[in-house]
Amino acid sequence: MTSVCLYFQVHQPWRLKKYRFFDIGADHLYFNDTSDTSRNNLQVLQKVASKCYLPTNKILLDLLQRYPQFKVSFSYSGILLEQLESHLPEVLKSFQDLSKTGQVEILAETYYHSLSFLYSKEEFRSQVQLQTDKIRQLFKTKPSVFRNTELIYNNDLAAEAQSLGFKAILAEGVDNILGWRSPNFIYQPPAGDIKLLLKNYRLADDIAFRFSEKSWSEYPLTAPKFASWINDINGSGDIINLFMDYETFGEHQWADTGIFEFLKSLPGEILKHPDNSFVTPSEAAKRFPARGTLDIPHYISWADVERDLSAWTGNSMQQEALKNLYSLEKNILTTQNRQLITDWRRLQTSDHFYYMCTKWFADGDVHKYFNPHLSPYEAFISFMNALQDLKLRIQHG
Amino acid sequence: MIGWELPPHNSGGLGVASLGLAKALSSRLSLTFLLPHHLDVVSTPFPVLFSNLSEINLLITPYSTRTFTQTDNTFFSDLLSQVYKYAAAAKKIASKLQFDLIHVHDWLTIPAGLAVKNVCNKPLVIHVHATEFDRSGGLGANPVVYAIEKAGFDAADAVIAISNYVKGMLVTRYSVDPKKIFVVHNGIDAADYSSTSGPIAFLQTAKSAGHKIVLYVGRITIQKGIDHLLNAAQKVITHFPKVFFVIAGSGDMEGQVISQAASMGISQHFLFPGFVRGPQLNDLFRSADLFVLPSVSEPFGLVPLEAIVNGTPALISKQSGVSEVLSHALKVDFWDTEEMANQILAVLNYSSLPQTLIAESSREVDRLTWVAAADKVINLYNQL
Repeated sequence: MTSVCLYFQVHQPWRLKKYRFFDIGADHLYFNDTSDTSRNNLQVLQKVASKCYLPTNKILLDLLQRYPQFKVSFSYSGILLEQLESHLPEVLKSFQDLSKTGQVEILAETYYHSLSFLYSKEEFRSQVQLQTDKIRQLFKTKPSVFRNTELIYNNDLAAEAQSLGFKAILAEGVDNILGWRSPNFIYQPPAGDIKLLLKNYRLADDIAFRFSEKSWSEYPLTAPKFASWINDINGSGDIINLFMDYETFGEHQWADTGIFEFLKSLPGEILKHPDNSFVTPSEAAKRFPARGTLDIPHYISWADVERDLSAWTGNSMQQEALKNLYSLEKNILTTQNRQLITDWRRLQTSDHFYYMCTKWFADGDVHKYFNPHLSPYEAFISFMNALQDLKLRIQHG
Repeated sequence: MIGWELPPHNSGGLGVASLGLAKALSSRLSLTFLLPHHLDVVSTPFPVLFSNLSEINLLITPYSTRTFTQTDNTFFSDLLSQVYKYAAAAKKIASKLQFDLIHVHDWLTIPAGLAVKNVCNKPLVIHVHATEFDRSGGLGANPVVYAIEKAGFDAADAVIAISNYVKGMLVTRYSVDPKKIFVVHNGIDAADYSSTSGPIAFLQTAKSAGHKIVLYVGRITIQKGIDHLLNAAQKVITHFPKVFFVIAGSGDMEGQVISQAASMGISQHFLFPGFVRGPQLNDLFRSADLFVLPSVSEPFGLVPLEAIVNGTPALISKQSGVSEVLSHALKVDFWDTEEMANQILAVLNYSSLPQTLIAESSREVDRLTWVAAADKVINLYNQL
């Protein structure tokens, strides 16, 4: 028996506009870029909604209705949900319609898709609370499984998630931690009995990254072929965790790659094998026992080949920006000024620090592709300038 | 290889680039370098011959043809006659030498290259460091120089452009067949910049009093965009008064720049040490917090790389060839002085920005060697 667990991450940050030194003290709106660039949040949201969210939701709704055994799970960042609520309510409704099938599980995360667990446990708890409140408000459900920003994970986070009442937590199936062990079983951390689900990054990345890669030996990837790889695991694993960004469908892999046709036929192909099934993370945590303990004292994540924190904290700009940002915590919370606190939290979104990453910048890889700023340096400059303005606003109440 | 100047008697980048390339090439093949005037030259691993023209003392000659057309025609005709005398002398010298290929640098040596090609019928490679349109700063190319360049490019077997920027000029302004143009970016050897003569007293004092230093090094001509730097500086000073802008170099706009700073009321933040070279220049780079290249038009621009090997991060204009090979620098359109000021202010205020820039750009510049450039040139030679 092998169960496939699909989890899709749905997130869009509040990207910073080009915020110059001369704007400090004069302009308190950091995220309202209206230029024709990828810093224009509304424009990006509309583009992603029409290329990915709407068509993929339609396909999933059909599939969920056609196959009652088919199940998926989502994690939405709070800031994605609030952007949809304000600007594209019809898209939000299409996500809610998926949940109404009863075959969809929603996970918990930090509302601001932040790195707060690394810098402030209190702030982390506040953001998890905000997120679960938002999910309850919009989807009438209470998440019982946690996934941290970019699958950042270690033992401490597992303990924290357990103390917050979560039954399971997601992480990357990093090779050097698994060693000879397989990601296709459920594990647990050294302390506590929270269940740990590990991404099978080979199979997940075959879809998310390699699907349209013509130089890949398995190109083109078809649903029957992918289902046969799932079948191969049957008997030697309990669960295959396919975790990926939802934007894989139609945005990272464009419609003309055939990704939608692949998605349409995947559940049917997988269910052709009588021993295969679909599960959500909380069902998996109930159904399967932990087959071992994984001791992960150092942080892992799903980013880059390093699968560590270096994409967000690797250079001194990122460190200075994060240090300055979190040093405002006490003073900003004391103001009880909602707008100030919201702006501070929107600056916590991990994407801002990802944009400042200098790894591989010269090689023009994914960091450059996803960066709405022209360089990591320009990302840092706008961020620090906005932060100076925020500091002034705190001082002047 | 036929050149016009080599260090230390160089007026700028042409001599430095010719030397860097010739050194790297000479470890792979046998190279003889020809110069017009007998002057002291740094010791080289290849033989240097002199055509023994009487020297005309014009350190800025390779660059400032604009001056000639506008103010001093006799000056230009003197230079032109040197160029043709050099061609005649080169022809004579070449007839006594054995070689397989002629490689010349910029318009001053093109007549010499053509003359040698005519007698020995060997392939001619013209290495273009700057075109007449770069030298004139968009103010009208000298038609005589243009004609020399055009004739050379037409007759050459291959043209080396030191950037895609130059390649674009060659295609659009000279109608050179793109297939004949090979882009070989300049390199830099960090070892050439290790000598120092100790910190510069005034700048050290200023720095210990909490001042920051923003540096420009290069000729002070219209092409270099110093007036844009002045406008940016004025905005910077308003928000960060403890700053000095050091403008090192000379050129036909020097007086204008000094009086412009005065009329803007920011003179007390400006230092004009004149033309600086050698160990002192390294010291100057090392005392700066940021190097700025605000060029309007810059075929390559080696100076930011020199700043980086001396440990100082760079802000460069997007209109520069060096921008094609340097990712880890701040970049700005030369005319966007507000953004230039924004970026300078960020460097002065947020210490991790210059730290990250220099850490990353040092790694990047390590790979931009003359050996790598020479490999590309040899690859081209083998095709001719």
